[in-house]
Amino acid sequence: MAATRRAWAGLVLAAGLAQGAILPEERGDAMYHRYDGGGVTVDGPAVLVRKNFEETYSLNATYYVDNVSSASIDVITTGASPYGETRTEYSLGGDYLHDKSIIGIGYSNSDESDYTSDTWYFNVSQDFFGDLTTLTFGYSQSQDDVYQNGNPDFAGNIDRHNYRVGLSQVITPELILSLGYELVTDEGYLNNPYRSYRYLTNPQDPAAGYQFAQEVYPTTHTSDAAALRLMYYLNWRATVGASYRYYTDDWGIDGNTFALTYTHTLYDNWIFDIEYRYYEQSAANFYSDLFQTPSQDSKDYRGRDKELSNFNDQTLSLQLSYSRPVSYRFADRAALSMRWDRIWFDYEDFRNLEDTAAIPGEEPLYNFEADIYRLVFTLWY
Amino acid sequence: MSDTVTKLLLAALCALGGGCATEPWVKPYERQHLADPIMSFNRDPLSSAYGHHVYQVREGARGAEGGAGGGCGCN
Repeated sequence: MAATRRAWAGLVLAAGLAQGAILPEERGDAMYHRYDGGGVTVDGPAVLVRKNFEETYSLNATYYVDNVSSASIDVITTGASPYGETRTEYSLGGDYLHDKSIIGIGYSNSDESDYTSDTWYFNVSQDFFGDLTTLTFGYSQSQDDVYQNGNPDFAGNIDRHNYRVGLSQVITPELILSLGYELVTDEGYLNNPYRSYRYLTNPQDPAAGYQFAQEVYPTTHTSDAAALRLMYYLNWRATVGASYRYYTDDWGIDGNTFALTYTHTLYDNWIFDIEYRYYEQSAANFYSDLFQTPSQDSKDYRGRDKELSNFNDQTLSLQLSYSRPVSYRFADRAALSMRWDRIWFDYEDFRNLEDTAAIPGEEPLYNFEADIYRLVFTLWY
Repeated sequence: MSDTVTKLLLAALCALGGGCATEPWVKPYERQHLADPIMSFNRDPLSSAYGHHVYQVREGARGAEGGAGGGCGCN
């Protein structure tokens, strides 16, 4: 049940931006992840391996699985059946270091029963000014295929392009600043084929009830996001971080993301992290919780995804990591990390249709909490 | 006059291209804090990529977060 039409950049891109001209560290990570909230449970394993060769080349590979069990508010209130499915993702990438430049390329594939995605990406980073400044840019292209389980006659596809630039700047011996910008364009079937909007049976009489119809989306989507991040070192071996991201797109959604982090080291082996994150967005201009009339044609857009609505969420995160040197064969350090996140979602114009007694449009607003757990084992070698 | 302009242009190009030695205002021996892993914006690449994926599925915004996954089970 693939509803995301998000930028696909590949798991391995995460370390590519805002780093100097040194190859990524050689490490292997094995993670168990679990998301539980709003009637949806997603869990599974993930693995990342990085290996360098001749101090010039670096290869990385990732494997990631989502096991999904869903009885979300959308599934329940539109009469669909709860479902389960599995998404599997692979990626393979390489980096080449030359002087103060790193060139990286890679490929990712994501596959589930009704959605596949293939992505190629390309990144370049260059150090300047005594290695105090790092400029990065990248491009990725994705081809997605969209299907609908139970409807063999349906097939759609999406072309996606991501363009990104980043700048990392050392300001003082204790302060680093990072700037990032990303433009994403999509074209194709951007709906979720399973989702519906609702409209009044009789616009003059809401008490007469409502009906559902399949959503009608634009076939193009272009977004801009710009982020500023700061990290400051405290002299008791701790850091504080702050970030802000502005988002805007041609569907009418504007978003703001703020985050604060504090990292504290305990003794020689323990690291404790605490983070608070706040996100808010406005609604897409074709979103409504309850339309007056059904769509008249393919340009008369209708959407009721709560991700397109006006809402905010807040996250509190705690992480504890233990690492120590080891002398086992090839490995020289090992770490174990546990992380817990609680997210509170609060919707301002998406209503809870489980209250069937209310007059349409007067149901209580929907909200839910989600818990996310991560357990990561890492070896450096 | 034109010689001066040429030199200025060369200096500007040189600075833009990073081809000239620039005196770093943070000396190499002052960078031990910057090299500490806790100063990294992305200390745990696999874990943070997963976190970005969760937000991409649940929120309308996308991009400029440094990494992400695609596809989902998110209805």
